[in-house]
Amino acid sequence: MTRESHASRQPTRRTFLKRAGTATAMALTIGFDWAGPARRAAANVAPSAGAVFAPNAFLRIGIDDSVTVIAKHVEMGQGAYTGIATIVAEELDADWSRVRVESAPADAKRYANLAFGTMQGTGGSSAMANSWTQLREAGGKARAMLLAAAAKNWKVPVVELTVEKGIVYHAGSKRQAPFGSLVRMAASLPVPEKVALKDPRDFKLIGRQASRVDVAAKVDGTAQFTLDVVLPGMLVALLKRPAQFGATVHSFDATAATAISGVVKVVQVPRGVAVIATSFWAAKQGRDALRVEWDDTHAEKRSSAALMDEYRQLADRPALSARKQGDAAQAIHNAAHKVSASYEFPFLAHAPMEPLDAVVKLSADSCEIWAGDQFQTVDQRNAATTAGLDRQQVSIHTLYAGGSFGRRANPGSDYIVEAVSIAKAHGADGTPIKLQWTREDDIHGGLYRPMYYHKLEAGLNDKYELTGWRHVIVGQSIMADTFFAPIMIKEGIDPTSVEGAATIAYAIPNIAVDLSTTKNGVPVLWWRVVGSSHTTFAVEAFIDEVAHAAGADPFMFRRKLLEHEPRMKAVLELAAEKAGWSKGPMPKGKGRGIAVSEAFKTYVAQVAEVSVDETGHVKVDRVVCAVDCGTPINPDIITAQMEGGIGFGLGAVQYGAITLKEGRVEQDNFNSYRVLRMNEMPKVEVYIVPSTLPPTGVGEPGVAPVGPAVANAIFAATGRRIHVLPFPKTGAA
Amino acid sequence: MSTSFVLNGKPTTLDADPNMPLLWAVREVVGLPGTKFGCGMALCGACTVHLDGQAVRSCVMPLSAVAGRQVITIEGLQSAAAKAVQAAWIKLQVPQCGYCQSGQVMSATALLEKNPSPTDADIDGAMSGNICRCATYPRIRAAIHAAAQSFKASA
Repeated sequence: MTRESHASRQPTRRTFLKRAGTATAMALTIGFDWAGPARRAAANVAPSAGAVFAPNAFLRIGIDDSVTVIAKHVEMGQGAYTGIATIVAEELDADWSRVRVESAPADAKRYANLAFGTMQGTGGSSAMANSWTQLREAGGKARAMLLAAAAKNWKVPVVELTVEKGIVYHAGSKRQAPFGSLVRMAASLPVPEKVALKDPRDFKLIGRQASRVDVAAKVDGTAQFTLDVVLPGMLVALLKRPAQFGATVHSFDATAATAISGVVKVVQVPRGVAVIATSFWAAKQGRDALRVEWDDTHAEKRSSAALMDEYRQLADRPALSARKQGDAAQAIHNAAHKVSASYEFPFLAHAPMEPLDAVVKLSADSCEIWAGDQFQTVDQRNAATTAGLDRQQVSIHTLYAGGSFGRRANPGSDYIVEAVSIAKAHGADGTPIKLQWTREDDIHGGLYRPMYYHKLEAGLNDKYELTGWRHVIVGQSIMADTFFAPIMIKEGIDPTSVEGAATIAYAIPNIAVDLSTTKNGVPVLWWRVVGSSHTTFAVEAFIDEVAHAAGADPFMFRRKLLEHEPRMKAVLELAAEKAGWSKGPMPKGKGRGIAVSEAFKTYVAQVAEVSVDETGHVKVDRVVCAVDCGTPINPDIITAQMEGGIGFGLGAVQYGAITLKEGRVEQDNFNSYRVLRMNEMPKVEVYIVPSTLPPTGVGEPGVAPVGPAVANAIFAATGRRIHVLPFPKTGAA
Repeated sequence: MSTSFVLNGKPTTLDADPNMPLLWAVREVVGLPGTKFGCGMALCGACTVHLDGQAVRSCVMPLSAVAGRQVITIEGLQSAAAKAVQAAWIKLQVPQCGYCQSGQVMSATALLEKNPSPTDADIDGAMSGNICRCATYPRIRAAIHAAAQSFKASA
């Protein structure tokens, strides 16, 4: 397949013009006809007609006036495609109705996440932040070249031209030209070195409610997910993995499996035994019939309860310092009033709606991958290593991901490597193979949010002012033993273990935050909002306990400690104001709680209102959310991400837990790994702080404060604190 | 062994394992991929289709059970209620990752076809079997109310 990358990789300062044939192939980078003409692989992908103007790696304009924006980030629900397109289209002054998005190929040179350095990937709520200037310039330079082309055509000065919705105007001569008519001329002009970017006051798309580019296809069933990939001769594989992490295949008997109609082959791979069949149903039946004896010599056999016992003990032993300011131990020792508490957090599965899947077409000299790929160049490298190929021989087609919440971004590329290893064991003969995980595979599959134990102590002086804060965190490191470790782990501290705790914003004279990093055989990973998924709960639940001990209002107590943090204070005040905090306590059986957080430089405060009935059953009625994410690129998507983050976080604190018994995961599917459902979703109100600062992310930060806000609301309603997550099954009672 | 039924208005005969769940028959045998696989145990609703007008979970419905009956998938939605639902979904920008939305649209359509003026409690009853991990629930609720309004106005 012809790829755009061949041409634009050339180190030329000149733009290029492509003929119709190549342009069609280019536009079909991932949208070619393997699933029928009605399928849509990326938002609104359709071949551009005729010649194309492609001044940089991020956009193409066709003679049909179409504007194709190339997204280096995966669209997994967070709205990245729409955000990326909005930034480009804004500086380009494009007609939004003619803008479409397609996914970029894996290419660290052109499509690196600038927040990550030299790798292409999506995570840490960085898509908008790292693309902002890059994409504004990409759009602005293209616009400048289209203007230069019009000026040249009409022999008028550039300064006399204006652009609106994809049309260049010359008022003096009453002439106008749509972008498509300028494509050929523009492509012959040099790319400007520099371009003036718009004054935010002139934004027409940014800050408005631009409609998402992916919604129509996600409403009529035509959006293309990996599950939907069909290639000629494609087979489907299911992998039988051990019940305990670290166990390996001792032996297997495939007699019954191969007797199933449709089963083609049963192969052993490093992670287990794969059944390859002509359909999912045949592969599933084959896997059910497969007999595997496991070698558990190196397996993790402990239960999660035993691990937590170990964590509790470690909290009292020496640990590494993640933050030291003043002398917290002395301040607490001398304090007039002391408060202490511990918080326990379980393993959590991501459980995206689309169970993990990948299609691999492996031959002797190439490997082609289709996936909702979140770590393109990492997956490319791991696939190459597994296949025994060079990285350049691996190409990746990034499709829509049916959710991820971090799961598809993993340093070991688990599901991609499995798929490649199965294709290799099958013979690397060019047969496309789709590896499909089931929901049980997903829940059992590891790479969980780590389990953590937090122990906190605070000291107040005789005026009930907070003088000392000591926070000990015990749990596994996400980055240890990955390629991130040498870059990210400094003096034994994995920043993802302590972010949100070591970075505590409250003005406290003496602070000590210590980390005790544990090791065990359960594979762990970042989970939406990463460290702040537990640290924010611990900090915001505990500061509430401290405020209560000080006899202070939880909002006022926080506000006083945030005088030097204007953005954090502003969201706190906005949420409190909109929630009607000043109205005072709620009626009996109801309670209001507040929490504030900073994650990935986005500030979020939430006020939760709960009802607790006589049986202790908790219903979260309303969550008021204030967010400051810098320049709001798309307010409706920001609102949607806050709503979604609240629902996601709420499900986790109320129900989420992966537990192990003798190393075996005790949950299987959505019956035992409960997530939030429609009838449990509160009313959500979102308020966005106006800003012209550079944008930060919204995919994750909305998750952080909801748990503690609800826990604090339950305390307000019942007088009971929550120290073990998830919340007790019967509610707060 | 073959099974005959009406799929999206067309008489269809499939030569497939009668125990194969309808989900996989529709996806892999017929080639209609709009209906999604989420749990395989009727716990999440991503695979929702209409069977004789009722919303059912196709992941646990054996192909043999639909013999002689009417099946509609997201690809075959035609009714006025369905059009109102899909229009409201776009207007309120409901989807995020979008994977569960075929099932959500199918459940919402079946609800409106039976109950043109659903209350919040009715929506909870009809929609709580459809999980959305992106938690688009507030928008789904608002979109169902909006669809009900436009559906009634057009009826």
